[in-house]
Amino acid sequence: MPIELAGAVNHSQYKLVMSNYTEDELAKDLENQEYKFGFTTDIESDKAPKGLNEDIIRFISAKKEEPKWLLENRLEAFALWKMMTEPDWAHVKYTKPDFQDITYYSAPKQSKKYESWEDVDPEMKETMKKLGISMEEQKRLTGTNIAVDFVMDSVSVATSFKSTLKELGIIFCSFSEAVQDYPELVRKYMGSVVPTSDNFYAALNSAVFTDGSFCYIPKGVRCPMELSTYFRINEGGTGQFERTLVVADEGSYVSYLEGCTAPQRDENQLHAAVVELVAMDNAEIKYSTVQNWYPGDKNGLGGIFNFVTKRGICGTNSKISWTQVETGSAVTWKYPSCILKGDNSIGEFYSVAVTNNYQQADTGTKMIHLGKNTKSTIISKGISAGKSHNSYRGLVQIHKNAANARNFSQCDSLLMTDECGAHTFPYIECKNSSAKIEHEATTSKIGEDQIFYCLQRGISEEKAIGLIVNGYCKEVLNQLPMEFAVEAQKLLTISLEGSVG
Amino acid sequence: MITINDLHAKIEDKEILKGLSLEVKAGEVHAIMGPNGAGKSTLASVLAGREDYEVTAGSVSFVGEDLLELSTEERAWAGLFLAFQYPVEIPGVSNINFLRTAINETREKKDLDPISAKDFMAMVREKSALVELDAKLASRSVNEGFSGGEKKRNEIFQMAMLAPKLSILDETDSGLDIDALRIVASGVNKLKNENNATIIITHYQRLLDYIVPDFVHVLFDGKIVKTGGKELAIELEEKGYDWIKEEIAQ
Ligand SMILES: Nc1ncnc2c1ncn2[C@@H]1O[C@H](COP(=O)(O)OP(=O)(O)O)[C@@H](O)[C@H]1O
Ligand SMILES: [Mg+2]
Repeated sequence: MPIELAGAVNHSQYKLVMSNYTEDELAKDLENQEYKFGFTTDIESDKAPKGLNEDIIRFISAKKEEPKWLLENRLEAFALWKMMTEPDWAHVKYTKPDFQDITYYSAPKQSKKYESWEDVDPEMKETMKKLGISMEEQKRLTGTNIAVDFVMDSVSVATSFKSTLKELGIIFCSFSEAVQDYPELVRKYMGSVVPTSDNFYAALNSAVFTDGSFCYIPKGVRCPMELSTYFRINEGGTGQFERTLVVADEGSYVSYLEGCTAPQRDENQLHAAVVELVAMDNAEIKYSTVQNWYPGDKNGLGGIFNFVTKRGICGTNSKISWTQVETGSAVTWKYPSCILKGDNSIGEFYSVAVTNNYQQADTGTKMIHLGKNTKSTIISKGISAGKSHNSYRGLVQIHKNAANARNFSQCDSLLMTDECGAHTFPYIECKNSSAKIEHEATTSKIGEDQIFYCLQRGISEEKAIGLIVNGYCKEVLNQLPMEFAVEAQKLLTISLEGSVG
Repeated sequence: MITINDLHAKIEDKEILKGLSLEVKAGEVHAIMGPNGAGKSTLASVLAGREDYEVTAGSVSFVGEDLLELSTEERAWAGLFLAFQYPVEIPGVSNINFLRTAINETREKKDLDPISAKDFMAMVREKSALVELDAKLASRSVNEGFSGGEKKRNEIFQMAMLAPKLSILDETDSGLDIDALRIVASGVNKLKNENNATIIITHYQRLLDYIVPDFVHVLFDGKIVKTGGKELAIELEEKGYDWIKEEIAQ
């Protein structure tokens, strides 16, 4: 199963701690820890058999010792899902997953992929080095040493900050923990933004989700650090279905980061997450994602199918801002959206989507204006390379009572080759004549003149493309927290290496 | 510094350079003049290594290396600089970031450590003053929203930052008012020393009032057809290019 690592990471402090800590010391610590926590337990039996039916759902729920209401929710969702059909309106082509050939639950600890660091694919090591991921982090991400991430992330890192958060009344924990410790909160808000019946993948997620993160910021509290969760898909043949719920109570603020990674595998793997954001009156949620799930190889083999439902709801004077930098996955189907229910609420969507080789992305947003004086901004930068297809799909909906609603959308596409495709599908539904909606769109090919100019100054092509593309995406990258922006920039450069044609 | 011998180059099957020869030594300033369409910018592009052009014959030796064997960026690392006739805009990329990337990559090739932020900023201040480039422009996106004159000054600023061995200035004077012309010329003069060389492409002799060339060449129909001193530039200014055409026809 997927490992979900929830940790409140104050990056600068984290780095400080790590640098005073040698690898030897870490290894020693781990030996002790491993012993102490008894990681040698055989947990093979914790894996559910492949396939999806009511028994599997009961099994998941029992494993997680869930309350009865949650099991009933799951079963209801499953019943709904069985009646639904997989949507095919997106501008993507792929072989539909066989939902009976997926493992829906597998315990975290036995999922080693590599026996030792030496076995890890050199290409992957190289990529991680370029990303500036430390050796330990690299080992953790390739799954060489599960104990490490367990210890490092759940105990040494997360817990230390958890106490700081706790003093402020902030709850930040795994979804499973939240179900056990804060069942009323979970029950109240789960499904309140993305109902089970919303769509095929949301229904599936509601039936089989395994874990995810939960976050609650109490009234008037400004969360003093970025909260971050790192998701990864580990074991072959498993699906990943996370559930994330962020609730910002009145007048609170939180910035939430989501990172993703997945090892290379030559089969397609399904990922169908649901993220719900609730921003109450005068609250603000900033949700940033850097997604680099495995995109498949140069010939389009393997890679993640990423079918995600992300939506937030805004109370009066509140604000939700989605920022995403997407470079991974074989197929992406994702539309982080805002329901601007409260008067004067604000929704923002800043997106960079990069596709290379045979990747396909159909991504965008929905801004649903219900309240008066609601405002939304959409900035989308699609970059296509290789033989990939990149589509923007956005809906701006102004309801009858949304007097003086405003929307500004800008959708830019950059083509790196003659074989790739960029498509824009903007939908506007306006039922209030006082609304002001502006839409701008451009498509351009990466400039040979720009590249030549860089080369002439001694900047090699790879770096030149990195510079030009990062410049092109600046408006979006500027929205990311510092540490994340640096990682995102490197990621953009790496995912477009050798892609001009 | 550079020896060009019987250079032929074509673009899309159209021969533009038709046997061009030129030698420039360290410490020299050469001016290349000629009517529109003569092939001046083509020469600059071919020397800089633009891929659209195909060299069909001839040789070029630059600081002892076979220039035509080097890639565009290798030529830059070897010390060749082109101030573009039409500098391009790179939105979202600050001038400073652009130059730092260029300088550090060049240093890396010479096994030097990256320049420190402090040294780099001191250099930016010093060199931008040289061409009276507003410090604000140095941190703006490369050429984005720059006026024509600012773009040209920015080219010379970049030249100052990169300290090349051979600079080719392609019509750097065009579109400049007299003050800007003076500033650019004085920048070029200050950068001049016995170890570097400059090729100034222009079709007005105006600039040559400020930067005095050692040689003036006339490029016509893909060849250097006449070479002289500064007085040749003045003669061209007075009489135009027709008399040259006639001379060749004879
Ligand atoms: N991309 C191109 N394709 C075809 N002909 C070109 C191209 N670029 C330049 N030329 C031609 O090459 C000749 C020389 O151009 P250029 O070197 O720009 O002249 P100059 O700089 O001396 O004014 C002109 O006749 C021009 O039309
Ligand atoms: Mg020209």
